[in-house]
Amino acid sequence: MATEALSGEAAALPFDDPRALAAVSLIWREAHLLDARRYEEWDGLWTEGGEYVVPIDRDTTDFAATLNLVYDDDRMRRMRIERLTGGFSISAAAAARTVRSVSRHVVTGRDGDAIEICSAQVLVGYKREETFVLAADVTHRIVFGTEGPGISRKIVRLVNSEEAVTASGFLL
Amino acid sequence: MTPEIGSLVEPDRVAGSLYTDPALFEREMDRIFHRTWVWVAHESEIPKAGDFKTAWVGRRPVIVTRDRRGGVNVLLNRCRHRGASVCETPKGNGNGFTCPYHAWSYSLDGALRGIPYPEGYEDVVEKKDLPLQRLKAGSYAGMVFASFSEDVEPLEDFLGGARLWIDRFMKQGAGYPIKVQGEHRFRFQGNWKIQLENTTDWYHFPIVHRSWMASVDAETANMLSIMTDENAITHSLGNGHSVAISVADHVDFDEDDGTEKLQDRFGHLVEELSKDMDPAKVRRIVRAMHGVGFNLNLFPNVAMSMSFFRVLRPVSVDETEIRHVALGLDGGPEIVNRERLRIHEHFQGPFGFGSPDDAEAWNRVQRGVAGDAGMAILVNRGLGREKPNDLGQPTSHATDETGMREAYAMWKRMMTDGN
Repeated sequence: MATEALSGEAAALPFDDPRALAAVSLIWREAHLLDARRYEEWDGLWTEGGEYVVPIDRDTTDFAATLNLVYDDDRMRRMRIERLTGGFSISAAAAARTVRSVSRHVVTGRDGDAIEICSAQVLVGYKREETFVLAADVTHRIVFGTEGPGISRKIVRLVNSEEAVTASGFLL
Repeated sequence: MTPEIGSLVEPDRVAGSLYTDPALFEREMDRIFHRTWVWVAHESEIPKAGDFKTAWVGRRPVIVTRDRRGGVNVLLNRCRHRGASVCETPKGNGNGFTCPYHAWSYSLDGALRGIPYPEGYEDVVEKKDLPLQRLKAGSYAGMVFASFSEDVEPLEDFLGGARLWIDRFMKQGAGYPIKVQGEHRFRFQGNWKIQLENTTDWYHFPIVHRSWMASVDAETANMLSIMTDENAITHSLGNGHSVAISVADHVDFDEDDGTEKLQDRFGHLVEELSKDMDPAKVRRIVRAMHGVGFNLNLFPNVAMSMSFFRVLRPVSVDETEIRHVALGLDGGPEIVNRERLRIHEHFQGPFGFGSPDDAEAWNRVQRGVAGDAGMAILVNRGLGREKPNDLGQPTSHATDETGMREAYAMWKRMMTDGN
């Protein structure tokens, strides 16, 4: 279900809507879990049928028709978690340490039970004598169900997605 | 210098300095990448007049264009005036290229078309003398190669025994031409030859890619039971090229005795395609969903592996960029091309279930070799069981290092005066 797009002045974080603060709080909790590589708990933040995408083409919205870095439904996301935690992947075993900030939140869409928030993410990673930076625009669609807010869609548009991307054993 | 270089490569081992010596790297750029045929594009990337893409030949940036007459041109991406690059758009369509510095403009075939304020060049410059530098270009089965050497041998001769395998690779199109659907790019901190070796190294596969194997369905995992499959073999094809077979039943898709069961994971494809396609064609397409059952390594920079191209670009002696190019069926069913994209995403790229583990292994090779660059790299696996096939090509099990020995023999010829 699409959220209603908001334009211009309506895009600021609306502090009169308690859902906005709850959504931002969820986004920060997600960032914490990903930096801590607590992937099983991260999986619990998702609603059923969630879509997790790291596209190559920053402008596309038809992810199914194009090649992506990540294009996960529930099944692929859980297999990804299994790979990162199962002990059989040498890159996961030697995963980079990461610290990420997620900020510059703006609400880009709202409807009855969902809110869409676009944020800036700056991730600093470290592995074997090298420290690197990955920057991205991140869009979350947060759905408010009976069990509280959950992520129904997350799209991570890296600034350098069309060139060589450095990533080693962590998730964006 | 030459005799010393020759001694670095022996039939069963190579010196670790091949990965670490900057002087050797410079010589490789000069004697290999700037002399032989280097892959730059697939024709599906530039189908229409005016289409272009940027690429690399060694460390030199080039533009690959389709001109108004349908010809393919490979041009050095460097203005003839003061040297600025004339194109920084990775791909697109246009009438030509204009240098951003003083607006010298060039046509799609590289001819210098215009110079602003030309009065300063009267009796100084003739435009016909200053085109963009053209490389020699050649194409085989849609694969576009370029060379800085006017004297390079004909492309078909260079590909030699690999041509049969290129033809077989293209049969995964099931009657449709192959097209590029996109690419993943990543870098590793290691020498380019570490990747070159890897394409026909099935020995690493069940070990490095165990987490990928664990994530796929049992039929796909069983399809790649290479360690125990005596039909999984590898051949040297000459000129540094080699092929390693992973799925013998998928070497030539024109051959089908009808006994192979289509994988359950593609049941939804069979159902959808069968609505308006005859069963034989559906079977032909679905059998090839994972691509061909082999990895073809073309010296020095491209591989045709199962369902994708692997393109390597040497950046420096200890840094290499890899592109994994996803392929689909040009004009084929959309549902098939989308499924092929999902298969590609599952393994490839910086967030795939396979590539990051390859990159970790290759980084570790570079770090380890630096510990003693004089110590040999062993490429002797299978020497005791390697035999010529009917064509006289050294042949052994697909987990053996026959392909690496072929690549290093070519490296030695090109790096010394043996070529």
